[in-house]
Amino acid sequence: MKLKLALAQINTVLGDVEQNLAKHLDLINEARKGDAELIVFPELSLTGYVLQDIVPTVARRAEASDPIFKKLLEASREIDIMVSFVEEDLRSRFYIASAYLSEGKVLHVHRKVYLPTYGLFDEGRFFASGDGICAFDTRFGRVGMLICEDFWHASLPYLLWLDGADIFLFASASPGRGLPHPEDSGRLDSARWVDEINRAYAGFFTSFVVHTNRVGYEDGLNFWGGASVYDPDGIALIHGPQHEEALTFAELDLNQLHRTRARLPLLRDERTALVQRELERILNSNHGSRE
Amino acid sequence: MSDLSIDTELARKILTGFIRTEITRAGFNKAVLGLSGGIDSALACYLAAEALGAENVLVIRMPYKTSSQDSLDHAQLVIDALKIQSLTIPITEMVDPLIGRFPDMDARRKGNIMARQRMIILFDQSEAFKGLVVGTGNKTEILLGYSTLYGDSACALNPLGDLYKAQVRQLSRAVGVPAPIIDKAPSADLWVGQTDEGELGFTYEQADQILYLLIDQRYTPKECVEAGFSEQFVRQIIQRVRRNQFKRVLPPIAKLSNRTVGYDFLYLRDWGT
Repeated sequence: MKLKLALAQINTVLGDVEQNLAKHLDLINEARKGDAELIVFPELSLTGYVLQDIVPTVARRAEASDPIFKKLLEASREIDIMVSFVEEDLRSRFYIASAYLSEGKVLHVHRKVYLPTYGLFDEGRFFASGDGICAFDTRFGRVGMLICEDFWHASLPYLLWLDGADIFLFASASPGRGLPHPEDSGRLDSARWVDEINRAYAGFFTSFVVHTNRVGYEDGLNFWGGASVYDPDGIALIHGPQHEEALTFAELDLNQLHRTRARLPLLRDERTALVQRELERILNSNHGSRE
Repeated sequence: MSDLSIDTELARKILTGFIRTEITRAGFNKAVLGLSGGIDSALACYLAAEALGAENVLVIRMPYKTSSQDSLDHAQLVIDALKIQSLTIPITEMVDPLIGRFPDMDARRKGNIMARQRMIILFDQSEAFKGLVVGTGNKTEILLGYSTLYGDSACALNPLGDLYKAQVRQLSRAVGVPAPIIDKAPSADLWVGQTDEGELGFTYEQADQILYLLIDQRYTPKECVEAGFSEQFVRQIIQRVRRNQFKRVLPPIAKLSNRTVGYDFLYLRDWGT
């Protein structure tokens, strides 16, 4: 079985959901014309990233009664869509979220768990953090979604793996930082780091790892794009350009899961009961704190 | 010694993209720069011309009567190489009446007046040319506070503010800034014979090196001494950086209400664009 993917690395208008929606619908159209069955957008693709006090004015719920999601849900009858937005819950807490839409329905919403609030980041000031992690079934198999800082913590991809995810969909709005030495990779430190860990996850979990990231600027911050897909052998299937808007197509041969895992049964041999036992012991004994 | 070398191709791509994006989303497509004949403004000019097209860049030379001929000539090298529009507006007649009122005025006050007069001209031309003022301050100078508040530090956007002086030189070489500009001793040219390094009391190389450890690598003062810097120099630099913080932030607003600009009214400048 094959899955044709389109990775949209887009620039956004800060705080203008209507304009961003229009770009989404254009790219969804383009992806369909290219025979893609799933299109993935980066973190906060409907709103832009450094929202600060804009947050409450762009928040919404992923449901058909929302005029923005109504259009996206209509579009999802032809192609599956992963889109990212500010979600407001029923008690007016705001989350950075990704929604997976398919056949006119919302299959799953992931709320970003890890909100970086250090250095140049200030997400914890404006957002509530998600409190759960769950894989979900799609017509292509079981999928797990994470947002940026979520996958800087190895525990979340690990949990998704145990929950059955074979395809990881990662979305970022990763500000570029760390100019490399001239003899290094030609990529920013942040770009290199994200790419290396995504490749490592693909290999560790013998799974597909799909990543899409924003481009453009917000004040002095730049976003580096560089969408990627790694297969269960950790081989790069595609790399999108750096720092430029692009719609990059990739074909995933889902049978590769079978071939890789027949050779390398890391999932079969994973000792989940041991992990649970030792994690309980560590948490109960407080050994992790070193206070 | 830390190696501060950077991938200039990547820096050039990010910085030209920054200039183009931040000017166009503000509703403009042109830039205005003060061209001193020094390396910082020359580099900013090259990047602006690449980002916006030479026809959309206006540079202004603003000599004072004591400014060196070299400064004018070096600025001309940039104007000729890039084929950009230029104006020469001497500031002597504008600043001398003010300076003349205070016979005991020291060089620092005179220098600040000149820097602020140049700011007035740049922002006036910015209105006439319908372009934004592109700043030319580098990271070394910003951290040391080696600038005049509301003078040479005034701008609408700054592409060079995260590059140390050595990295400015490296990028200047890569984009083709003429060699005499890169090779000469940096000077604000506010009085005859002035050099930055003479006035600061240390070299840019020393400043870059210690600032890189303190700021980028988060070294403690003790670790800087262990890395080979004198304790006195480390203290001097740390104090300079701290004392000049006021030049790097907007003036504080006294908070009275429940929502105050700067504290809990938080939006990027790019809000809505």
